[in-house]
Amino acid sequence: MKQIVKRKEKGPISQMDRRKTIVGYMFMTPFLILFVTFTLIPIFVAMGLSLTNYNLIQSPGFVGLTNYMNLILEDDVFLTSLKNTLLFALLTGPTGYFASFFMAWLITLMNKGRGAFALAFYAPSLTSGVAMSTIWLIIFSGDRNGYLNNFMLKLGVILEPILWTKDANYLKWVIVIISVWMSMGTGFLVFLAGLQNIDPSLYEAAKVDGMKNRFQELRYITLPMMKPQLLFGAVTSVTNAFAIFDVATSVAGMPSPNYAAHTIVAHLYDYAFIRMNMGYASSVAMILFIMTFIIGRICFYVFRSED
Amino acid sequence: MESIIVQTLTGKRRLKKVKFGHVMLVIGMLALVCFTALPLVAMICRAFMPLDELYLYPPRIIVRKPTFSNFADLLNSLNASDVPFTRYIFNSILTTGVTVFLSIFVSCAGAYGLAKFKPRGSATLFAIITAALMFSTYVTQIPNYLIVNGLGLVNSYWALILPKIAVAYNFFLVKQFAEQLPDSILEAARIDGAKELYTFWHIAMPLLKPAWSTLAVFSFVSNWNDYFSALVYINKDAMKTLPLALQTLAGGAGVVARSGSVGAATLLTTLPTIIIFCIMRGKVMQTMTYSGIKS
Repeated sequence: MKQIVKRKEKGPISQMDRRKTIVGYMFMTPFLILFVTFTLIPIFVAMGLSLTNYNLIQSPGFVGLTNYMNLILEDDVFLTSLKNTLLFALLTGPTGYFASFFMAWLITLMNKGRGAFALAFYAPSLTSGVAMSTIWLIIFSGDRNGYLNNFMLKLGVILEPILWTKDANYLKWVIVIISVWMSMGTGFLVFLAGLQNIDPSLYEAAKVDGMKNRFQELRYITLPMMKPQLLFGAVTSVTNAFAIFDVATSVAGMPSPNYAAHTIVAHLYDYAFIRMNMGYASSVAMILFIMTFIIGRICFYVFRSED
Repeated sequence: MESIIVQTLTGKRRLKKVKFGHVMLVIGMLALVCFTALPLVAMICRAFMPLDELYLYPPRIIVRKPTFSNFADLLNSLNASDVPFTRYIFNSILTTGVTVFLSIFVSCAGAYGLAKFKPRGSATLFAIITAALMFSTYVTQIPNYLIVNGLGLVNSYWALILPKIAVAYNFFLVKQFAEQLPDSILEAARIDGAKELYTFWHIAMPLLKPAWSTLAVFSFVSNWNDYFSALVYINKDAMKTLPLALQTLAGGAGVVARSGSVGAATLLTTLPTIIIFCIMRGKVMQTMTYSGIKS
């Protein structure tokens, strides 16, 4: 190591440095080829396409910001999808995030049964949204046979069965509940690992210094120590929260009654792969990109580590 | 709340001191766990319910007389299409298996190259990959479709595999883990005259095992459950994967008669990810310890 450092001081590019760079990039080549092809270039292609009227058949023509203008000024369905996505994201993202942290925090305090609790809590994250929708459709079935209707009728909360998935007013909240369910474990594993990794001597030392209770511990030791994990959890939960699609379409259908479950991704799918209007759909994709990216950046700022 | 506040770190003392707070916390946890577990319990039970129980009024969550006939129906019946259900299972296993397998090698090699050689430009590269964590695959879906279409891969297994090998999330996990591997072991191997590939394969890969086991779990879960890719790239019945096939099965005419099969298919679609997670849980926890982002 010493040798390398010395050589580095001598000139900008040493022999050793060059070798390391070559071998390093050799190992990275397969990943980089695929990453550049299917992630990096596509971002710029999507940006470019969003300024065109490409429809798969004719060659794309440049239309400037027309797509964006139409989206915001003329496309009421898009505005509905934007409103729905924001509502879903705002309710599911933070709920899943905080429930995950709360659960991880409690589980690390437990002596017994950690594994079973962890699994029961994390299992929803492992399931397929489409597969689970067959169960949701029975739980929220509009007749007396639906689990929820049956339960509520028995309790006497309602007198008539409610058309949960057909009535636009209820549908929205059904999707929220299901998405919250699906988002429960986001970040959970990261938090659990982070909590288990905090040096217990820190707590001991704090106690000696007069730390009074568990909430002070949480505030002054646990949370600051866990910033990197909290950030990783936040970034994944933002991405997930804005990407609600599978569940919404398989429970509510497409288009959903009164577009009550129409999300940005559903709008993107509709224009890209049903109407084949790739240019317009790309502008929808860019708006999704900009939103998640800005919120992701905010997360980076909030959870920055000061070292 | 008072009672929670006086909790101390050691479990035994906590139990004696704060009965009430402890009970409240356990109730809170149980409520959360019920919320997460109940739909799953219903799902498992319905797969084993005979048809008369499925349509019983009032509806039951717990199965009374469990039967395997739903699975037999599902696997035997060809229903509307001529594609047997086993074909969908095969499609899912094949595409998910190959994707996970390739993703492990590509991500591990890449992360190893970046973390252990620190080639020039690696900091920028890693910043770009971290930024890619911040947008969903939907954003790049249209260009990806154009690429896959251009390569003539629509309706092929490669359409479901190729775009999903190099995932920022996977790379990120392995890289964070690789970062803490001691350089000394790798240096020692090099001094022994081992070739770079040999060092990677015989020394780094075994050391990275917790990381790539975790990657295997996450990659399996996301690809197995992936519905959008199949929806976009596949329109031939015989090439569909489980989520898409299940959706076809669960909708349309004659669905009432099929509800037993739907229950069985739902369980078959859901169970593999849960089983794999249970098996690998230890490895996953070991890796997630290093997964934080320092900004």
